[in-house]
Amino acid sequence: MKKLALALAATAALVLSIGSAAEAADKTKVCFVYVGTRTDGGWTQAHENGRLQLEKEFGDKIETPYLESVPEGPDAERAIERMARSGCSLIFTTSFGFMDPTIAVAKKFPKVKFEHATGFKAADNVATYNSRFYEGRYISGIIAGKLSKNGTAGYIASFPIPEVVMGINAFETGAKSVNPNFKMKVIWVNTWFDPGKEADAAKALIDQGVDILTQHTDTTAPMQVAEQRGVKAFGQASDMIKAGPNVQLTAIIDTWGNYYVKRVKALLDGTWKSEQSWDGLKDGILTMAPYTNMPDDVKKLAEEAEAKIKSGELHPFTGPINKQDGTPWLKAGEKADDGTLLGMNFYVEGVDDKLPGK
Amino acid sequence: MSIFEAILLTVITASTPLVIAALGELVTERSGVLNLGVEGMMIMGAVGAFATAQLTGSAYIGIVGGVVSGALFSLFFAFLTLTLVANQVATGLALTILGLGASGMLGEAFVGAPGVRLLPIEIPVLSAIPYVGTVLFKQDLIFYLSILLVIAVNWFLFKSRTGLKIRAIGDNHASAHALGIDVIRMRYLAVMFGGACAGLAGAQLSLIYTPQWTENMSGGRGWIALALVVFASWRPWRLLAGGYLFGAVTILQLHAQAFGIGIPSQFLSMLPYAATVVVLLIISHNRRTTLINTPASLGKAFVPDR
Repeated sequence: MKKLALALAATAALVLSIGSAAEAADKTKVCFVYVGTRTDGGWTQAHENGRLQLEKEFGDKIETPYLESVPEGPDAERAIERMARSGCSLIFTTSFGFMDPTIAVAKKFPKVKFEHATGFKAADNVATYNSRFYEGRYISGIIAGKLSKNGTAGYIASFPIPEVVMGINAFETGAKSVNPNFKMKVIWVNTWFDPGKEADAAKALIDQGVDILTQHTDTTAPMQVAEQRGVKAFGQASDMIKAGPNVQLTAIIDTWGNYYVKRVKALLDGTWKSEQSWDGLKDGILTMAPYTNMPDDVKKLAEEAEAKIKSGELHPFTGPINKQDGTPWLKAGEKADDGTLLGMNFYVEGVDDKLPGK
Repeated sequence: MSIFEAILLTVITASTPLVIAALGELVTERSGVLNLGVEGMMIMGAVGAFATAQLTGSAYIGIVGGVVSGALFSLFFAFLTLTLVANQVATGLALTILGLGASGMLGEAFVGAPGVRLLPIEIPVLSAIPYVGTVLFKQDLIFYLSILLVIAVNWFLFKSRTGLKIRAIGDNHASAHALGIDVIRMRYLAVMFGGACAGLAGAQLSLIYTPQWTENMSGGRGWIALALVVFASWRPWRLLAGGYLFGAVTILQLHAQAFGIGIPSQFLSMLPYAATVVVLLIISHNRRTTLINTPASLGKAFVPDR
């Protein structure tokens, strides 16, 4: 019934925003389809910030209608198609689950250009873009490895998709680089967005002795629990320092704005081409919140790692790295290729959890 | 604090909103009205409580704000279904959608605000009892209220004259009407009591559970509360037990994961719901007792003859 409710709400939202989108036709329309609400404090808000940056940059030249809370699934295709029909020149669809719907709509509207976030299917008029979040998680891991007293971190995970598994492994690999015996406990909450459940998971991890916390879910609830209990933690998607002024060490901030500006410029110049972009720290699509609440030497270590990743000197997944069961994955000096990372479905050594579905 | 106490504390925090919201719905349904809008009323209570607490600086005034928001919002449902005789199921669903949307709009200014936390009240002497003391007597006001409410509602429904009238209109509104009971007025009050409880449950979410405001933060707990009412076969004590069973399974599955027990996480996440279904099966095994327990006029519209 909740799904029905969401579907109805989405339809209502659709009708409303299409109404306002139809008014001015002379400006170039750059449209957005969001999976969550603009003010979720995490994933969708990060995209919304990018949209606002576009408005600031291009002013009257473009218009940026958006749809919020579009559920993944059949409704997504209808939502994207409505956007395409309403005269959008470029449509950003910002959730993994919008991948197939985007491709399907793109076939029907060859003149409209599409960009899908975090997907792997492309077409002549469909580009994909993603961010190398794992670079930030590797740095977080280094900090955790240095600061954790008992060498065990807790990870609040959403869904067992490659993106999240990659995040867990990057964190563990980073921590291991400074503390070879570092362990990680993982709790899967099977949601991106449920403050209560995320808080419960944070409490369970802390009660079981974890003294550093990181999350791959979208609300600030775990950070808030960490603040109350005095346990250090990392923010996700947005800077969460307000929720954890005394405990946030840093946060991985999604900064899509620069990418959006680049792509819209290309659209206006007529140089837009379908690309599969996977940028990271060096391109500014991913930024780290200020390193706080930690001793200077750890801060220095983190800053050095960030600089090395930016210069290309350091790849977080560089061997020797073993898989969870101890079998070798990467030989000394060997770097993981992007294909393996994007389809990652195994843990590295040191993760104290059984990967769902394995 | 031992891990045992820590787990119990978390279970109580997770169970309290379910118990309160379900208890309100129980009274509403006992009067023969099926209000599926619990999720909507709960989230309105959450935003109302958060906003009031934020503006006044007092979490206690925040509780009042939550209760009033929930009750007023349910009044809208009562007007549509009782006065205008709209379909209860459809109106309830609409109430949820409206609540989720309206709360998002009302709460937009409060996203990311620091929040006012409702602090625990320590009861002297009792809180010094080992184990039990920390868990039961160092709690916040809303927890104490939830227990008192269960006792009060149980007494009210089965021992008081007004309670008898409510049950009577829930079972047969035509007969109750013939006896001179003002069916519509009683149902208005029952629906508003349900709304007030859902609002209180919402206040617990935004003042205690996670002292913050984010859209959709009720996360489907209103639907669980609805299931709990059936689970409890419309009886307050069973409802209390059911609420805590649900909370306990939810929290224990998280701990099982952190302990590294090799059970698939999706299975563990499903457990609370699976437990609900199993108990529902056991309860409904005997068809006769189910029929006796279900308010016979539940969901049926009442149009008084003039």
